[in-house]
Amino acid sequence: MPIDTNLMRLVTISESIIESSNVKTFVFSDILSSRASPGQFLMVWIPRVEEIPMSVMISEVEGHAAISVKKYGIGSTALFQRKAGDFLGIRGPYGNSFKTLKKFRNVLLVGGGTGLVPLLRLAARINELKIHCTMILGARTKKEIIFEKYANSLLRKVRHRIIVTTDDGSYGIRGSASDGMMKVVKNERFDCVYTCGPEPMMKKVFEIATNQSLPIQASLERYMKCGIGLCGSCCINSWLVCRDGTVFGNKDLSKMNEFGNVFRDKDGQKLQYG
Amino acid sequence: MLASGIIGISQDIFESLYSHDIGAVVTKSISVRPMKGYPNPSVVPLGNETYLNAVGLSNPGVLAFSREISKNKEVPIIVSLVGSSEKDFPKMISFLDSLNIIGYEINLSCPHVSKMGMEVGDDPEIVCSMVKTIKRHTRRPISVKVGIGQIDVVEMAKTATDSGADIITAINTVRAMKIDSQSMMPVLSNRIGGLSGKAIKPIGIRCVYEISKKLEVPVIGCGGIFSWEDVVEYLLAGASAVQFGSVLASCNHGLFTKINKELKNYLDRKGFKNIGEVIGLAHRY
Repeated sequence: MPIDTNLMRLVTISESIIESSNVKTFVFSDILSSRASPGQFLMVWIPRVEEIPMSVMISEVEGHAAISVKKYGIGSTALFQRKAGDFLGIRGPYGNSFKTLKKFRNVLLVGGGTGLVPLLRLAARINELKIHCTMILGARTKKEIIFEKYANSLLRKVRHRIIVTTDDGSYGIRGSASDGMMKVVKNERFDCVYTCGPEPMMKKVFEIATNQSLPIQASLERYMKCGIGLCGSCCINSWLVCRDGTVFGNKDLSKMNEFGNVFRDKDGQKLQYG
Repeated sequence: MLASGIIGISQDIFESLYSHDIGAVVTKSISVRPMKGYPNPSVVPLGNETYLNAVGLSNPGVLAFSREISKNKEVPIIVSLVGSSEKDFPKMISFLDSLNIIGYEINLSCPHVSKMGMEVGDDPEIVCSMVKTIKRHTRRPISVKVGIGQIDVVEMAKTATDSGADIITAINTVRAMKIDSQSMMPVLSNRIGGLSGKAIKPIGIRCVYEISKKLEVPVIGCGGIFSWEDVVEYLLAGASAVQFGSVLASCNHGLFTKINKELKNYLDRKGFKNIGEVIGLAHRY
């Protein structure tokens, strides 16, 4: 009998990886998550604390997947403190995913912070599909750069380059990931731009891509209660990020006036970014 | 129509649903002040399209919500209201009554928030005075949403109707719980919540049947409706309209267009001219 993705499964953390002072990756064995498509997410239960939506991180161990968490709120901080041997509840994977087309020869990935997680899963697929790839990793400072080596290793079979940007210029190019993108799109043609990260950054990436007439796919994030289309907490205009996303293309993004501007609080009130 | 509590905080979503042939939408229950609700897990899928939730009546509060729907033109919106005291309702109605809405549904049956919903709705005296107060402050029709509490659902519906309620909505979720056998912990952060989805349909059918048998009031059926057959079952039990909730976890908004079409086919096959003819037919037996 197929496993009902909706039912919560308990998994034991098999490995905990420190990515930076405030980001950790937890690896666990789970067949459904190991087969997740890039951009899909899990609802992760930190028992008796919280349940939070988390993008499925790649693990190169057969039958395993992972989640990467940045210490931030109550749930993510409690999760950050877990260690190998602890258990978590998961359900999913949910949502749609980044799409690749057979004709793609050269793509651009632009990510910031833990928004890089779905892009790393995508990078592993791109590596198998033999598509050339430029990946821009944005961080605030040198200390917060994550996944640079891992991205290189995931793209080992294809021609690729990794560009790092830092807001304070302490490493790589000074500026945001979208500033890095401006530099590369001027003299190189891409079949598609994939992005995930802070929404104001994605909004800039979307604007640059639109100006250059580049197709774009963006994985969005919103507060969620259910993850399955019932609570409505994750709405962005008339779309639900959990069910219609997390990945949206040019057509939808251009119609979302809330994209990059407005998100909703836990009580459903609209708040402005920035 | 869309049941209260489901995706009901965004005017854009109301418009999308309306463009997909939904008859009306009931909003999330709105309170005087914004409510964050309970921490997650607040929704637990139990399999077989049955769900447990203790969202905790999260809503942006009447001020923000009245702004949200202030530009509504054509969507038939029923605002669900929840309050902890009688005084809350006139205040909320003063924000909402001038907007383009078609009525109110009073949530007296949410099974998992203290001092609100069922905790209020289980006391006939409070229900009576709340409904009377609300009726004094609005000319719009009000429906009282009842559920499975300590007091029999038919008694509660009678109290509400005697106090002036125009419509009864039955039923709300049913108080329930999930404990995980491996971790040995309750899963909902609130431990106890309300059951919805396929498992509660027979309870909803029974309630609608008994209420409509005893009272003259129009009943809106709600609970575990997933298909046109479920709609017909509620109509036969005596419902004049029905609400959809949990089904939206497995279907997109195109569901409503499809169900409307299938209902028309059913009426044609059975030789009925309009759907009203089906209402309450099961009472003949």
